[in-house]
Amino acid sequence: MAELVGLTGNDAGAEALKDVNPDVVAVFPITPQTELMHKFSAYANDGVVETELIPVESEHSAQSACFGSAAAGARTATATSSQGLALMSEICYITASTRLPVVMPVVNRALSGPINIHCDHSDSMALRDAGWIQIFSENAQEVYDNTIQAFRIGEREDVLLPVMVCLDGFILSHTMEPVELLGPEAAQKFVGEYHPAFSLLDTDNPISIGPLHLTDYYFECKRQEVAAMENARHAVADVGREYGELTGRNYGIFEKYKLDDADVAIIALGSTCGTAKVAADQAREKGIKAGVLKLRMFRPFPGDEIAEIVNAVGTVAVMDRSISFGLRGGPLFNEVRSFVNGGCPQLVNYVYGLGGRDINATEIESIFAELVRIKKSGDTGELYRYIGLRE
Amino acid sequence: MSSTTAAKKPKRPHGYRRPDTLTDAPTHFCPGCGHGIVHRLVAEVIDEMGLRESAIAVAPVGCGVLAYDYWKIDVSEAAHGRTPAVATGIKRVQPDKLVLSYQGDGDLAAIGTAEIIHTANRGENITVLFINNAIYGMTGGQMAPTTMLQQKTATTQAGREARVHGNPIHVCELLATLDGSAYLERVSLSSPSNVRKGKKAIKKAFETQLAGLGFSLVEFLSPCPTYWRMNPVEALKHIDQALSKVFPPGVVKDKTREEGKDA
Ligand SMILES: Cc1ncc(C[n+]2csc(CCOP(=O)(O)OP(=O)(O)O)c2C)c(N)n1
Repeated sequence: MAELVGLTGNDAGAEALKDVNPDVVAVFPITPQTELMHKFSAYANDGVVETELIPVESEHSAQSACFGSAAAGARTATATSSQGLALMSEICYITASTRLPVVMPVVNRALSGPINIHCDHSDSMALRDAGWIQIFSENAQEVYDNTIQAFRIGEREDVLLPVMVCLDGFILSHTMEPVELLGPEAAQKFVGEYHPAFSLLDTDNPISIGPLHLTDYYFECKRQEVAAMENARHAVADVGREYGELTGRNYGIFEKYKLDDADVAIIALGSTCGTAKVAADQAREKGIKAGVLKLRMFRPFPGDEIAEIVNAVGTVAVMDRSISFGLRGGPLFNEVRSFVNGGCPQLVNYVYGLGGRDINATEIESIFAELVRIKKSGDTGELYRYIGLRE
Repeated sequence: MSSTTAAKKPKRPHGYRRPDTLTDAPTHFCPGCGHGIVHRLVAEVIDEMGLRESAIAVAPVGCGVLAYDYWKIDVSEAAHGRTPAVATGIKRVQPDKLVLSYQGDGDLAAIGTAEIIHTANRGENITVLFINNAIYGMTGGQMAPTTMLQQKTATTQAGREARVHGNPIHVCELLATLDGSAYLERVSLSSPSNVRKGKKAIKKAFETQLAGLGFSLVEFLSPCPTYWRMNPVEALKHIDQALSKVFPPGVVKDKTREEGKDA
């Protein structure tokens, strides 16, 4: 049934959107996302999808148009990167709090300044508290699979939240890999028909969208977002399992790679996990029991589940492709650390790959070797480290 | 002549000289692109007016992003579309300097529409060099607000349609309605004589700023052979035959003339 084709990460995102056939898609170009929407625009132009395509004048308008279209009851998507995500952030918070399940591939790119076009996670990390579900992809196949699942996850009645599908700029967006496609029929059957819980101009149930909440209801509204995020934990796992039944590709909140007997491990997001798996294999050939925890769902954050693994392994490096200035280290490290305190494991942070600086398997192997040293000596040393940096 | 040694500098055609304000960085622009022409014109006018030590430019996001690699003057980068606002900040602090904002049509008339309108409306005493190539060049040829009707782009693959995508925006005419704008001229880069008119327009805009008369802008109808899917010669013809019909070149507003009349 499945078709295997060579696709870039951007192609894979476009194929997923094409197979889902959303009602409305807002488009605005930004490197390295541009080609995703080029490809989708071609499908819209050729009548392959029935989507209403809106080329807007900025990302602020793209997210606003998505807000309007989702509020009007349409299944809606857009895609962006970096500065585009930063510019639309004002509206992203509103999309989430209004509980509109917009789907948005975010092709991760460093935020200015200095101006840069290459990969890091500073863009989506800046929106980690915006109320969006955030799912990271390791390769083009996952971009396709995650984008399709995103509609199901976000639209679930007990969730109703927008979803970012994160993919590493250039590393994934512009490199080609074999990808297995569901095709429109199976994809649309999987996501199901869209029945918005609330929409404008439902004359039997007239509503206002986004009304003023002051001291009276604002707080409760936020509390409801918290509850929706809690439900999203289950939604991501449930939809991933169901997708696995359909395709044979199972998705959980994270993927454990050779962790069961691991003495040392690293935790990472995105394409680096692929490199880390190679590094773990290389380390194992040298007798180091290395493993990788590939985090797929960053929001909601599966802190307890991660802590269990970290405490079991005992010596772990957390890889951050962004920095939380003034907090020290990166956001992933600090969030992991806030959950594992009780177990007192040895935990270190490596900030790497900012602005697209490459990280290779040899470097990650050196991290495993360092973790072994830490484990043996009992001395964690410097908590906040950099790798691949000139100092 | 025949005894020229390899050590000797090759003779240049009569009169050609690289402006002092232009670095010798090799161009990154596509063959036939208009950005390089305007970069050079700006450098020539700065040289001729002796402004190199008093000019500050703001570079856009777009194909003009590397302006600082070409001009030997102080240049600041700005976020996409925010160039005139950054230029405003600079000019308020250094009112005696010549402050330039260099922008493409996406930067100026799409994502940065608010900034250009309000900068002009406040009559900020800066000069904008506006490259209208009817496309987003840098990101690979998507529709700009200045894209022609029926023009095929990556986001209007069947051609721009007024009903869905709106009509081309006439920036000079739009800004002319604002009291703060002092000098607005549209020029074409389609021929050597038009390029010379472009140079005059830049000079006039700089003079307007130096005289403290307010906001000035020169719009250049500029070829983008790559995303017009034409060769450079066809692209120049296209400016004359198509673009210039929709965006007629000429002085759209000139307060210096109006003020002369009043006197
Ligand atoms: C906030 C934001 N959105 C999108 C982009 C991507 N982007 C870079 S250049 C550009 C368009 C540039 O077109 P134009 O201003 O017409 O200049 P040209 O490249 O044609 O000279 C876009 C959309 C960006 N850098 N920042």
